[in-house]
Amino acid sequence: MSVSAPPLLELTGVSRLYSSRSLLGRASAVRAVDDVSLAVASGRTLGVVGESGCGKSTTGRLALGIETPSSGNVRFAGAPMPPPGTASWRTLRARMQLVPQDPLGALDRRLPLAAQIAEPLDIHGIGTKADRRDRVAALLRDVGLRPDHAARHAHELSGGQRQRAVLARALATDPALLVCDEPVSALDVSIQAQIVNMLTDLQEARGIAILFISHDLKVVRQMSHEIAVMYLGRVVERGDPEAILGDPLHPYSRALVSAIPVPGPRRRERIVLSGDPPNPANRPTGCAFHPRCPVATARCAAETPALREAADGRLVACHLVEPTRLAA
Amino acid sequence: MTDPLVTIEGLTVAFNGVAALRGIDLAIGRGEAVGLVGESGCGKSVTWLAALGLLPATAAVAGRVRIEGEDLLGASPAVLERVRGGRIAMIFQDPASALNPVHSLGRQVSEALALHRGMRGAGARAEARRLFDLVGIPDAGRRLDSYPHEMSGGQNQRVMIAMALAGQPELLVADEPTTALDATIQAQILDLLRRLRAELGMALVLISHDLGVVAEMCDRVGVMYAGRIVEEAPSDALFAAPSHPYTQGLLAALPSMTGPRRRLSAIPGGVPEPWAMPPGCAFAPRCPHAGAACDAAVPALRHVGQDHAAACVQAVAREMVAA
Repeated sequence: MSVSAPPLLELTGVSRLYSSRSLLGRASAVRAVDDVSLAVASGRTLGVVGESGCGKSTTGRLALGIETPSSGNVRFAGAPMPPPGTASWRTLRARMQLVPQDPLGALDRRLPLAAQIAEPLDIHGIGTKADRRDRVAALLRDVGLRPDHAARHAHELSGGQRQRAVLARALATDPALLVCDEPVSALDVSIQAQIVNMLTDLQEARGIAILFISHDLKVVRQMSHEIAVMYLGRVVERGDPEAILGDPLHPYSRALVSAIPVPGPRRRERIVLSGDPPNPANRPTGCAFHPRCPVATARCAAETPALREAADGRLVACHLVEPTRLAA
Repeated sequence: MTDPLVTIEGLTVAFNGVAALRGIDLAIGRGEAVGLVGESGCGKSVTWLAALGLLPATAAVAGRVRIEGEDLLGASPAVLERVRGGRIAMIFQDPASALNPVHSLGRQVSEALALHRGMRGAGARAEARRLFDLVGIPDAGRRLDSYPHEMSGGQNQRVMIAMALAGQPELLVADEPTTALDATIQAQILDLLRRLRAELGMALVLISHDLGVVAEMCDRVGVMYAGRIVEEAPSDALFAAPSHPYTQGLLAALPSMTGPRRRLSAIPGGVPEPWAMPPGCAFAPRCPHAGAACDAAVPALRHVGQDHAAACVQAVAREMVAA
């Protein structure tokens, strides 16, 4: 593991607040992302998992500089992320691209694929017209589409082919970072495997760093070199995928892992949590997970646990981790 | 199986002359949990929409569907209305769009109680409250006066289940009931369905794209591909020793949670378009074992083991060699 490789993308203590107003006109701040620190190096994948409202998509948008943090900072390739909309940010966007969940929504229904895949090249003024045509042909080939797909429109493609087209467009400017937000969640299992394999191959060939956001732990395990589990805007556990998914230390990670239905005999008892994930606008005190936590104590309601290093190097934010499991 | 509750025979559905369902045979026993798995467009939902007469008039439905000898296809509206919700209830993926946004939850459940059990007024409200308690809605009495938008997705799915239970059905058809829900909420709803089945002795048909969900919940599983059932077996047998190459492919394409990480074995290509079906086995163009025999005719479901059937000439040939 190349632990020493400097991160391409680095989020340090990043928070994002939104103000919301209730029906009665009372203003309140919603902390969508709360003091999150993450890093991804070139050629590596960081998987971000969690349920709706945990802030994983906002984290992706902060990573791309589409959103500005309310506090903390985002660095890309060693330099601070420029404010969105500025010329230097636009230039930088060629090096970092988003792959969204819904490819049909991301593609223009009226334009043939070739024009859409060439669009980032046009925007960033890369190559001559002939270069761009060759580049589009090469990109189609890289993502497993046929040359005749160039003239097709989005509605003429299957879901898997559309996701391939979106990837071709994201790869057009030869980015160093891909932020993939649930890129295979809308696809059938057999097609999902094709796209996951392709992402792995592309990463190997091009050394791309990937921020892989998903609710599907099975896919995240397959893709990631490191994972971060988020709950209500905070990272509750972060580290090696095998360690966290095989032997989760945080009670939330434990419930999440046990909730995955797997074909074949069950390995352990399922933990069924009570209640729904809380509303970010009405955040529980202390550890946000404590109202649903099967082992919570009085301290958990009073005091927000900080991320601490465990003996195996992972980070975990829980008061109740056994001292023997923590780093000395 | 002794005297099944629901029997489907040779069920076909076509939309504008294009076949969507190409001959389904399926029997559901009393109290049995049967899973139907398959990818988008395989016909797993259409099977039950057709069986319950819920497809638009433009759909051409043929075959036979019976509940304890009573025919459902072509039955009078009066018969269908008594069976739907009364003997067979159905819940769907998106509870928020299945509930009426402008009526209170209690009113919607009471409506079902009035329709199927002739209950009115305070009696209906008391029963609605009992149902809310049964499906684990906290503070049931107050929640009867809530509206769908005030509830979370998981709570709305519980309300849908309560409504489905209002008619005391013998069979609950759940179409992707947890697909739109978060993992920890999915675990809650599956837990609830399991408990209700045990308490009420109700049969369950679980339609899902998630092999794990079906494996955990069902006694027996049918795997569907391009409008047909291609494999049917007891759950344990199916996942331990899948016989049809499509089932094998689906299981191999799933990333694993344990053991070393390997490259996923993706199934090449995509599902054939319904208007361009291959001549023989619909899976042959994607199948690693396909041979000339596969293109000759559409393979029928044949016995390949104890209560285990597969629609694959190769699997049947293997079984004959082994026997």
